[in-house]
Amino acid sequence: MRPLVRALFGTKLNAALTLLMLAAFAWALPPLFRWLLSDAVWQAENRAACTAAGTGACWAFIRARFALFFYGLYPEPERWRADLGLLLLAAIGAGALFARRGRGWWLAALVTIVPVAGGILLAGGVFGLKPVPTPNWGGLLLNVVISFVAMAGAMPLGILLAFGRRSTYPIIRWISVAMIEFWRGVPLLTILFMGLVLLPLFLPQGVTVDNLVRALIVMTLFNAAYMAETIRGGLQGVPRGQAEAASALGLHPAQVQLLIVLPQALRLSIPGIVNIAVDLFKDTTLVSIVGLFDLMGVVNQSMKDPAWLGLAAEGYTFAAIVFFFACLVISLGGSLLERRFGVAHHR
Amino acid sequence: MNPRIKSWAWQGAAVIAVVLLATWFSHNLSTNLAVRGMQVDFGFLASRAGFDIPFRLVEWDSSYPYGWALYVSGVNTLLASALIVVLASVLGLALALMRLSGNPLAAGTSRAIIELVRNTPQLVQIVFVYVAVLQVLPPMRQSITWFGSIFLNVRGLYLPSPSGTAYDWIITATVVITIAAAILWRRLGLIAVPRLVVLPPVLILGAVIAGFTASWDYPVLRGFNFVGGTRIPPELLALVLGLGIYTSVFIAEIIRAAIEGIHRGQSEAARSLGLTANQSMFLVILPQALRILIPPLTSQYLNVIKSTTLGAAIAYPEVLQIFARTVLNQSGRAVEVMTLVLGVFLVVNLLTSAAMNAWNRRLTLQGR
Repeated sequence: MRPLVRALFGTKLNAALTLLMLAAFAWALPPLFRWLLSDAVWQAENRAACTAAGTGACWAFIRARFALFFYGLYPEPERWRADLGLLLLAAIGAGALFARRGRGWWLAALVTIVPVAGGILLAGGVFGLKPVPTPNWGGLLLNVVISFVAMAGAMPLGILLAFGRRSTYPIIRWISVAMIEFWRGVPLLTILFMGLVLLPLFLPQGVTVDNLVRALIVMTLFNAAYMAETIRGGLQGVPRGQAEAASALGLHPAQVQLLIVLPQALRLSIPGIVNIAVDLFKDTTLVSIVGLFDLMGVVNQSMKDPAWLGLAAEGYTFAAIVFFFACLVISLGGSLLERRFGVAHHR
Repeated sequence: MNPRIKSWAWQGAAVIAVVLLATWFSHNLSTNLAVRGMQVDFGFLASRAGFDIPFRLVEWDSSYPYGWALYVSGVNTLLASALIVVLASVLGLALALMRLSGNPLAAGTSRAIIELVRNTPQLVQIVFVYVAVLQVLPPMRQSITWFGSIFLNVRGLYLPSPSGTAYDWIITATVVITIAAAILWRRLGLIAVPRLVVLPPVLILGAVIAGFTASWDYPVLRGFNFVGGTRIPPELLALVLGLGIYTSVFIAEIIRAAIEGIHRGQSEAARSLGLTANQSMFLVILPQALRILIPPLTSQYLNVIKSTTLGAAIAYPEVLQIFARTVLNQSGRAVEVMTLVLGVFLVVNLLTSAAMNAWNRRLTLQGR
């Protein structure tokens, strides 16, 4: 028997499994294919025209609302600014991934130039750029902004907490443990609510914080706790001899940790960090529950538009596809990072 | 610098920073509350709630106090968590077995499902099931019917419900006996018989016997509504299906990693000692795989409890929805309500992880 035939029909159990799988495909795939592609309607004015033209998915709805899904209510003449900001992020991110030399500079640019330039571009108000208030930021743009800011903020904070938890000073250790366990013990959505209703009460009177900023603060702190545990795992994986050898060479304790131990620990924790990034990007959809209009929130809203009323299956399928590919990109970037800096090929 | 002085200096600075921050926050809080003419007071928990909770397992009507609403919604959260954990574990095991089956068709399908599900947000999946699947179901009169006694329609899933004294006793006895047997298995001298093979059938057999002795209450369409039976509301269905499927793919990967983590030599050695394939699986591979399995599985189960808060997106009456939304809106007591909600989750999480850590310590390989 040929290997494939044997693998599919080798034993009775296997043959039964194969037939069961084929039956399941025959039952599920044709209707799915018809709905998604062959019977789908790509061009129509509104929902009524869509249902008249075919029985499949009404992708015309997605086409009509495409800009809304990507930019939210960001004013149309200013959208080039959002494009430019994302392009900057992509370019410098790619530089940090692919550059053969000056990797440190690329990374430094990623955490300094991108947030500053991106912030100026998106918010405006200086250099003759028209100000765009944050309630107008929306769609996938908002998911990217929240993920980037939370990730960039969680990284240094997480490193700090990870060192704190390993500190020989008990008080510092307790503070770090309390901080980490608190954020890891409560659901993200409850602390998004907390940011919404409690944060204003804890700030001086008259100080108002933008809704987006509240979500950013909460997301950053939440992810910092998870980051801390991942990096702590990495720190534990660095052999003791490394720190001992560095001390023996006369390095100051801070130098030992920052120059010798931390880089190796970060390298070990790349897979964990990539997982956090993927989870974070998916969890940015939760801000739609606390009143921000990210991709999920915009999809929720668009289905209430009278012209396209109730096209839920299409809207959420589209959102799922977008997130699927975005997460795929993050995962691919992560495995690239791992192959270049990770420990795998050094063994 | 003298290390003792340095140690005191750093820790002192940390304490001062924390104290300063806490003082600043509490000062702001008291000023803000004073401006609103409020103070932190949990007394409101005893006052009449005056709202309805659409789905509940325990007693409730609008004359009950706010505090009782925390209990009612907490039970709802636990119910959803338990159902999700069961569904996700069963589905996860099935996906893992498909992946490990050696059948390329099954393995490929399993892999495709896992990648597809874990790379899309759980919120999208839950809302998709709720809005795009359950809300487009037919109305009451055109219910989808199975066996003439199970009905699915836009109002939810209607199931026959069992009752009766004999039924209650048999169910309780079966559960107690199974748990006791699981704990005392080794003491009973049954080391050569795997628990995992015997106990689940015992549980199922008990349930079947109990089912025969029960008097069943069937849902019947009377006019515009069903009478009798149990109704599972679409909110609970959506939360359980959405989160159950989402969690199952992570569990599948955990199970696969654990089983693949047991060295091939282990099963070969077991076979050469004369154990059958099933014995080697249940007595050699699975007990060792279980050891690797427990820590990541624990954190998945804890994630489930936390993720049930997403029920707030589809208005399932769980703790966040009832307390942080309805009670908070009605009473305006932000500090007290959020403290309670955060406290509940924190306590449940810390207790569960402490219990699982203890169990894990018992199972961990000694002397490594």
